[in-house]
Amino acid sequence: MSPDGPRMKRGRESMTTAKTQTEKMALRALPGDEVRQILWRFADRYDLQMAVQAVRALARGPVARMVADGARNSHEWTDEKAALLNEFDASGLTALGMDPEFGGYVEGPKNLALALAAFELSWVDGGSATSAMATNLALGPIHERGTPEQQKTYMSRCVPPQPGEKRTIWRGAFALTEPLPYVGVNTRVLSGGVRVAKWKEGEEPLLQVEKRGRFITNMAFANFVTAAVDSDDERIKGSCMIILHEDDPGVFDRGAPTRKLVHQLSSTNDPIFSLKVPASRIVGGFKVRDGVLVPNYDHAEIIAAVFRRTRVTVGLMTAAKLLSAVEPIIRYQRGRYRGGKTIEPGSAFHELGLQQKEDVLHRLVDIWASGEASAALGFAAARLFDEFDPIEKHKDKVFEERGLKGRAQLKELKKLEKPALEYIELAATPAAKRDAKRFEELEADRLVQFMVQDAVANVLCPAVKLWNTGQGTNMMREAVSLMGGYGITEDCPGFIGQKWMDAQLEATYEGPEAVQRRQLAITMTQPVFLAHFRQWIAEMRRVAGRRPGTGACTVASAMELWLWTLRHLSEAEDADGTPLYRDKRQGVTFPMADALCWLLASRQQILDLLELERRGPENEALAEGLPGYVRFFTDLCHVQAARAAGEVGRLCSELVFGYNRHPSWEAEGASCYQADELEPLDGFIPGIAACARSFTDVVEADGSHPQKAGPCVCFTGMEAFTSMRRKLDGCLTGARMAKDRAARDLTQVMIPEVPDYPT
Amino acid sequence: MSQGFHLVVCGSIVPDPLQTLEPIQGAEGPALKNEMMLPAVLDPWAGHALYEAAHLAAATPDSKVWLVSLGPRAKLQQLMMTIAPKAAFELVALDGPAGGFTEAWETAEALAECIKTIPGLDRSRLLLFGGCASASRDAGVTMQMVGERLEISDQFLAVDELTPQENGTIRILERIEAGRYQVSECAGPPLVAAWATGRLPEPPNNAQLGMQNMRSIMPALQKAQPARVGAEGVEFLEVEVPKQRRNTRVVEDASVDEMAREIVEWIRK
Ligand SMILES: Cc1cc2nc3c(=O)[nH]c(=O)nc-3n(C[C@H](O)[C@H](O)[C@H](O)COP(=O)(O)OP(=O)(O)OC[C@H]3O[C@@H](n4cnc5c(N)ncnc54)[C@H](O)[C@@H]3O)c2cc1C
Repeated sequence: MSPDGPRMKRGRESMTTAKTQTEKMALRALPGDEVRQILWRFADRYDLQMAVQAVRALARGPVARMVADGARNSHEWTDEKAALLNEFDASGLTALGMDPEFGGYVEGPKNLALALAAFELSWVDGGSATSAMATNLALGPIHERGTPEQQKTYMSRCVPPQPGEKRTIWRGAFALTEPLPYVGVNTRVLSGGVRVAKWKEGEEPLLQVEKRGRFITNMAFANFVTAAVDSDDERIKGSCMIILHEDDPGVFDRGAPTRKLVHQLSSTNDPIFSLKVPASRIVGGFKVRDGVLVPNYDHAEIIAAVFRRTRVTVGLMTAAKLLSAVEPIIRYQRGRYRGGKTIEPGSAFHELGLQQKEDVLHRLVDIWASGEASAALGFAAARLFDEFDPIEKHKDKVFEERGLKGRAQLKELKKLEKPALEYIELAATPAAKRDAKRFEELEADRLVQFMVQDAVANVLCPAVKLWNTGQGTNMMREAVSLMGGYGITEDCPGFIGQKWMDAQLEATYEGPEAVQRRQLAITMTQPVFLAHFRQWIAEMRRVAGRRPGTGACTVASAMELWLWTLRHLSEAEDADGTPLYRDKRQGVTFPMADALCWLLASRQQILDLLELERRGPENEALAEGLPGYVRFFTDLCHVQAARAAGEVGRLCSELVFGYNRHPSWEAEGASCYQADELEPLDGFIPGIAACARSFTDVVEADGSHPQKAGPCVCFTGMEAFTSMRRKLDGCLTGARMAKDRAARDLTQVMIPEVPDYPT
Repeated sequence: MSQGFHLVVCGSIVPDPLQTLEPIQGAEGPALKNEMMLPAVLDPWAGHALYEAAHLAAATPDSKVWLVSLGPRAKLQQLMMTIAPKAAFELVALDGPAGGFTEAWETAEALAECIKTIPGLDRSRLLLFGGCASASRDAGVTMQMVGERLEISDQFLAVDELTPQENGTIRILERIEAGRYQVSECAGPPLVAAWATGRLPEPPNNAQLGMQNMRSIMPALQKAQPARVGAEGVEFLEVEVPKQRRNTRVVEDASVDEMAREIVEWIRK
């Protein structure tokens, strides 16, 4: 076929057909609920769809009005802010996290439900989301490890009273962080203490709790606090979490409001507690062994169980900010010059304004793509926890029955690693080729399934918290800059400046980035996770085969590079002979954690796109717009995949080469030619001496050498890496074309006439 | 009262007014650009009718509310996520276009025929509610035509208040010109009430109620019959969205008298 073939064919097409086709494939309107429900897999969950609408009305109504009226400009918990709590109750948000038996209305695990609610609130204001989620955080320890009586008592008290019911609703606070120099990132340096105050034979012990908190959310009004404390008495073993009431005898000092710069619609204080409480308030109960009170769960175990869920929600709070920035930015860009004396309606300046400039479009594409990737990753993690909750509960029950705790439990779990790996292998084998009986057997084994999913959950949770909030904050800065001076004022439409600052808190509380990187550094090297990861590479290649424009192949190549690098770093040493991938070497482990997050987010974004393509046609309302959405999201995936590949390539190269010593001119056996070695060779191979000088480093007879740091690094032993890296660079092919296409969409997409919340 | 009311509310979707509404010439006549992709809301006057109906039903034992909606099924489903938690009702859905370019006559025909087939509906107890107008096409005639087809001759337009009396009659306040109300007393159902704004605010969300409603809403949507409505034989010469005109001037320290005088002058112009 002549190279002109396709072009000629296109030339024959009628103009109208081509135009209609282009219009059909263009992004015509901003993605609405129908698209989101499919992408984030709640198209069949009417309970969640209703919750989303209710929370959205709350966010874009009372919350937005408060922010617009300047309610964020005070540190104190004002009456105006307090009124928000009643709005939460009235909208159904407060009861959203509760089980129906305690007055809630969503059956089953509620990770996705709470994630969606936090997302909707943060679309307008992150502080309102923090405020709404804080009681759930306080209830977290009770939900995860509380005794049945504790669960019943506190859950039902925290549900708004039903019509006709005379009861004041309870709100809670979660107190782990302590004044310096105690608990922060390091949750084990507890100063809060618990002692036995009175313990009469055969009676419930009375405990004295001393705890000071720092930055405790909901503290201005909390009726109860779940506090982390350590034993300060030899009659109590280890640490625990304990429930404090505002009317317990002693000091319940709410403390001064934190002078925070962000999330001002939430209350944060530094409280002081010195209270007498019955031992039945220990979360999860206790046993008495040899006259010693032994809490059933230590504080570290409880907070690990709590945070692994709530951190995902926080990640989605930042994702919402990025996606919420798109519409105000487009509106600003288009309207930038309208109203000017010389700006005629219909002119490019009038219609497109700043959107005539490529850079602002490209940057907005980047913001949008990051928002999609982080939402994809966050909601995937929330869904995983919904699936995982019953499996984990089953595991806890089995191990409790067998009396297995701590190390004994870990030992038992280790035994499950082999069948878990076998299951992952079988699951990836085509049904016709695998041992069906064995597969079914392993699938039905809930302990094996626990191992299989736990490995992913242990990576996804910190990845969401780390990447969504950290990289999200960086991207919010881009969003701010696209709004010019407005961006950094209170008047900025969409509250983008405030959201940028808010995002930084989301990167900090519930464990800053270092905590997440530390966790990932361990969990991402676990064999079961790596077995998943290998299958994901194959999966991305398959996707790429079917859908080449998605960037799936790029992601797969970057995943291979990451995996190679991880293996290399685990075995390699630095130039001083010190091993590289070790707990203490955060300079090695942390960047690898960062790199992984880019990959996970990109992969999930692509998987969500496939879901939209698959299920979109089921929704009649999408019929018209679907081709455009699919095309546009494909391009966003490609853009994001390229960015991820770039980050991974950069980080891996830096780690692989960065710990080697650069060859020097002085070193013995430096990897370069000496001039006097080349001269004789020239006799046999004429021209070699001249040629060598343009390809490699030659030290002249007088000892002089090219002006550079030393002979170039030799890649011997690194061929696999360099060839993967080269391949990855090639994999970026087309990514900028995708960006150009997506940028064009931004100039054409229809946006609402006016924003749907006051700013 | 021995028997409660059977309240049928006619109401459907309109495009969210905050969206960009741009009339275009579609394959089958005029349409709004990207209409199916835009978020929709409950037609505001029909909304008032629905909330008034739910309130009345809750206060009158043995009453029931049906919401009869003619609209694109998928869009109706999305709308239900917002209104199901606000009022107790049973949905009767008809799948068809609900835009501003359908002929009220055809819509009324489809709605009336559908209402006639509602199982268990006692038309002697029927209070037929709807909006006095629609936000997508202010025809203001649909409810009368539905009423006629159901042979209901007691019709009240632009209703703001409807109060059942002790003696079984119903007192109705209708908006008339010059900001006044016409007060009527009607012997009882059946009647048509096309609501203006009514007196009730939008009810608060009740998630439990929403879950309860959804149990019947989903099957109703699944069995929604296609309704053939359009604007056969009608030729649209021109369509345009009403332009919002806003002349804002920031004037500080103007007295109330000055402001009033200026407004009167502006109205006179
Ligand atoms: C508005 C707000 C609300 C909050 N709400 C609550 C609440 O309701 N309940 C509660 O208990 N807490 C709450 N917090 C506290 C929050 O969780 C802590 O501030 C956070 O965990 C960090 O602790 P820190 O401030 O002591 O930081 P530090 O522990 O001092 O850490 C500071 C930085 O040092 C580095 N670093 C520290 N340790 C390591 C390490 N091992 N490896 C590598 N780097 C390290 C990291 O860069 C880290 O970001 C809130 C905080 C704020 C600001």
